[in-house]
Amino acid sequence: MVANTKIGLLPGKEAIQAKGWLKAHKWLILRRLSQITILGLFIISPWIAKETEIWLIKGNLASSLVLDILPLTDPYVLIQSLFAGTIPIFTGILGAFIVALFYFLIGGRVYCSWVCPINIVTDIAAWLRSQLKLKGGTQINKNTRFWVLGFTLLLALITGTIAWELINPVSMVFRGAIFGMGLAWGVIIAIFILDFIVSRRVWCGSICPVGTFYSLLGKQSILRVNAHQREQCDDCMDCFLVCPEQQVIKTPLNGASKGFHSFIDSSQCTNCGRCIDVCAEDVFRFETRIPFKKNTIQNLDNKHLEN
Amino acid sequence: MDKKRRKFVGDSLKTASAVGLGSLVMGLYARQSRAIAAQAIRPPGALVEDDFLGACVRCGLCVRDCPWDTLKLAQLGDFVALGTPYFTARKTPCEMCEDIPCVVACPTGALDHRLANINDARMGLAVVIDEEGCIAFQGLRCEVCFNVCPVQGKAITIDTMSNTRTGMHAKFIPVVHSSDCTGCGKCEQACIVDGESAIKIMPIKLAASGGSPHYRMGWEEKEKAGKSLVAPDAEHKYNLPEGLEYDHAGKGLIKKGLIKNKETLNDPVNKLRQPKKSNSSPFSSNPLDTLNQKGGL
Repeated sequence: MVANTKIGLLPGKEAIQAKGWLKAHKWLILRRLSQITILGLFIISPWIAKETEIWLIKGNLASSLVLDILPLTDPYVLIQSLFAGTIPIFTGILGAFIVALFYFLIGGRVYCSWVCPINIVTDIAAWLRSQLKLKGGTQINKNTRFWVLGFTLLLALITGTIAWELINPVSMVFRGAIFGMGLAWGVIIAIFILDFIVSRRVWCGSICPVGTFYSLLGKQSILRVNAHQREQCDDCMDCFLVCPEQQVIKTPLNGASKGFHSFIDSSQCTNCGRCIDVCAEDVFRFETRIPFKKNTIQNLDNKHLEN
Repeated sequence: MDKKRRKFVGDSLKTASAVGLGSLVMGLYARQSRAIAAQAIRPPGALVEDDFLGACVRCGLCVRDCPWDTLKLAQLGDFVALGTPYFTARKTPCEMCEDIPCVVACPTGALDHRLANINDARMGLAVVIDEEGCIAFQGLRCEVCFNVCPVQGKAITIDTMSNTRTGMHAKFIPVVHSSDCTGCGKCEQACIVDGESAIKIMPIKLAASGGSPHYRMGWEEKEKAGKSLVAPDAEHKYNLPEGLEYDHAGKGLIKKGLIKNKETLNDPVNKLRQPKKSNSSPFSSNPLDTLNQKGGL
């Protein structure tokens, strides 16, 4: 291994030198395009429909209709509705099934890094923190999100309403951008402050039950990042520094001697691909795997490292 | 190991209490948000508010398919459960489309797909809320709410009421019937008064009383039974001085024969309406004499 001589350089600098700026930001750019395109389509569809009578996509992330035919529904919000004591009609169930299947295959938290509008906010906060070399902050237990997820369902059950949707920043901001923000700007600022001041990646990594739900949904996804050339790793730590869920990298990257597979198979990995971008040694790449197949013999042992 | 476990249990407890506390606040907030603002009317077919808030996923498909841009999604800061659809009748009422596109669009059934006839929708109930402001109650002819009502002649009828100020005119009063009012809000939008309307759509929960099931309406019971259920009153008899009788309308003891038609003359309004016959009237045949009289009309 090469000794790390680049301490102090911002993460990704080396990759830019080695691969060029565009290649070192490939997945980041694609991700932003994806997030903006999805939101943008919802916003411009009414305008297009006014001129052409063709609805590209209608509604918002909670439930939508693509080209007036394909129903899509957020399975998380539908499950809350079930807990609140409602049996949705077939359209809603079908839509939720389609969405659930999609994320089940490509990784649940793809929702977080490729679709969710809040991700842009938390990414900016994390980027600013690294630019300003801010460290530390109040740590919030990463298991909190499971409690939050559980309580949102419990609340739906007790109140008989989809209580979480009253304060859900994800849907609030997405819906706000399409139907009118109201005071939702305040929520964006609040999350930014949380992630920038309190601690790194607090909202997405420790609290948000939406991402938590999707992480459970996509636990066995086909698409995963693979540290397929981990022997090339020079321990520069860049991937670790940019990763929104840092705990997921260590075992697949450094666990060769202990027999761990090189797939980043933690359900908390958002498949954002930023590690692929910033690695000058091209250690990582997206790969497919067979769901439900154990990738390592000692897979059970590393459970405590994941959440 | 024991230390680790203790730490884990401790951490979990801390997290659980923090999240639990947050949830408690949110639960109370959720409870409060079920109290829908009186001015916010749900789209046609909406389940009762409690069920609606459990079924609506806040997707806005109903908003998109409303051809009149009537519906809105509640934004943060509005006094309606966040993200749920509503409309403000005074600004843009429901146009009651026959194909009810908003209901068809709903992917969850929060807007009940069984609603096939828009006249069966019960978005709210119109209430003549400001009788002082409503010019009909002042004795003016208006009836705009009656005329714009899409369920015309059924949801709003015009009842007459005597105008006691003039003593001789009728007031044409709008009366809303919950049996037919869909709560579309056309009346609220059209009401001619400035600012807030004198007739308003309110959530049915607020507008409709519990009724009075323990009271029997005599005339209904009579109709049901096919005959009167009470014995007719015996005619009142008074021991009055010879040649006098008693005028219930206020004159007291008067000479017999001055009250021609007891039935109508007892009613002060009808009394004034009686055509004056020169031979029987105590008044002059010239109506101007009556008008010029002190205390006359």
